[in-house]
Amino acid sequence: MSNSAKTAEKSFFARNAPLFRRFLVSFILLIGLMVVWEGLKWFAGDPWRPDNNPFKIAHQPFWRVKYFSDLNLPHLWDIFGAFADESRRNGPPLIQTLAVASVYTFREAFSGFVLGGLLGFVLGALFAHLTLLERGCMPYVVASQTVPILAIAPMIIIWLGQDWGSVAVISAYLTFFPVTVSTLRGLRSPNPVAVELMRSYASTTWETLWKLRFPAALPYILTALKVSATASVVGAIIGELPSGIREGLGGAILNFNSYYATKPSRLWAAIIVSALLGILFFLAVSLIEYWVLKNRHRVIESR
Amino acid sequence: MPTPVASIQNVTKVFNPGKPNRVVALEDIHLEIQAGEFISLIGPSGCGKSTLLRLIGDLTSPSTGAILINGKSAQQARLDRDYGMVFQAATLYEWRNVLQNIELPLEIMKYPKEERIARAEKMLRLVELEKFGKLFPWQLSGGMQQRVSIARALAFEPKLLLMDEPFGALDEMTRERMQMEVQRIWRETGITIVFVTHGIPEAVFLSTRVVLLSPRPGRIAEVIPVDLPKERTDETREDPRFFEIANHLREKLREIERTQRN
Repeated sequence: MSNSAKTAEKSFFARNAPLFRRFLVSFILLIGLMVVWEGLKWFAGDPWRPDNNPFKIAHQPFWRVKYFSDLNLPHLWDIFGAFADESRRNGPPLIQTLAVASVYTFREAFSGFVLGGLLGFVLGALFAHLTLLERGCMPYVVASQTVPILAIAPMIIIWLGQDWGSVAVISAYLTFFPVTVSTLRGLRSPNPVAVELMRSYASTTWETLWKLRFPAALPYILTALKVSATASVVGAIIGELPSGIREGLGGAILNFNSYYATKPSRLWAAIIVSALLGILFFLAVSLIEYWVLKNRHRVIESR
Repeated sequence: MPTPVASIQNVTKVFNPGKPNRVVALEDIHLEIQAGEFISLIGPSGCGKSTLLRLIGDLTSPSTGAILINGKSAQQARLDRDYGMVFQAATLYEWRNVLQNIELPLEIMKYPKEERIARAEKMLRLVELEKFGKLFPWQLSGGMQQRVSIARALAFEPKLLLMDEPFGALDEMTRERMQMEVQRIWRETGITIVFVTHGIPEAVFLSTRVVLLSPRPGRIAEVIPVDLPKERTDETREDPRFFEIANHLREKLREIERTQRN
């Protein structure tokens, strides 16, 4: 209790110092990556001309390595500049096109995440209570994850039709597995004594599930949901490829991929947006995790 | 003679029957516990004292014999919520604050919300933690956590409180304070308590009767009535009679251990 009293007196920044430190480290790493990126181009890329960089400098790199050419590794300012360029002749700027595509893909990813999360939880809960069912089904659940999603995706499109709902199902296929495994583990995590305590209250299986097993499983489930959040975005992007859907990020990536030789920076821009979408989704789930578990000892200790 | 709170008749408990690792944990146990008694189960480790407590609480069932609680089967008694249980680990739920932990059994037993809160607060006063209701378990010391677990066990007013080495993990000072606390609660509520311990002074200080068990197989070696005044105080620990009973118990325990070695 003295702990909580102490933290209440501290300022917002002091209280969240570890959080800010973590962001600072991430930020420094990002800057470092950018310095390395441009450093490689400085030492072994294509020649720098006054008209292709914002510093208006001419520079002849010391070596020429083809991996660091402007085609393979475009300048950062070219990539960020591409966001402002029009995405097609007389079209809106690329950033707008990618934002619209992100919203479209996020709808698929989020639906797949919810669908996969629910399916994963229900399967995990069933397996946790019915050992025979777990033994029988688990090998098939594992097998389902060893089949490449690119082989499954076209079939789902054929069965369910060529729209975003099918892509959500493909995304759910990628997201349910971690939730199933973690739910199973988490529901079985309570101390046997805690289970006996419920037994001494003549608690029903249902009540033991909601009052003991589920809250005990939450840290496990939320960790799995963080994995699933990023996987759902990947699943949605991959799902768009065989379905011929052009409105999402998958479509954009496919499109810019075919124009890579002339405009490499646009594909890089699409990759950055895809990564950002996954990171934002991950952070959103992390925030929910923090909020749900904030009163628990372990979380406060490890923050 | 009124119906005993617990009547243990000719009970045997065999683990892994019919297998090479078969163990007779308890053999031929007879014991009657009357309302308002404070019974301690004591004996060397492996004598089956915890098993006996678990049998009374229907956390496991006897191989032969019968256990009647208030005249019904142990299982029926559990379903009727006749038991409060306190384990060595407080086993509080970390996602619930102190009050919510005490409310847990009341929620399961479908008490209305107002009564749940009223009872939880009353129990918190009983264990003298009224200022700590909103704190979470990790913010409490070990002794406080165990007091919360006692409050939780008493919240639904069970007829029988079963305690399995509840103070085993506490330091000496805290343990003595907790013993006083349990004494007071026992006197104030008139509840029947069965208490597993391996501490001789603890058993003598708290109990109206001490049941001494000998191991392999677990049998009742002796039942020792503790004829000290009902209200136990710090002076009780210096009472010559207290030492007399404790010494008797100690000698008996040594004797049991000697015969075990031979």
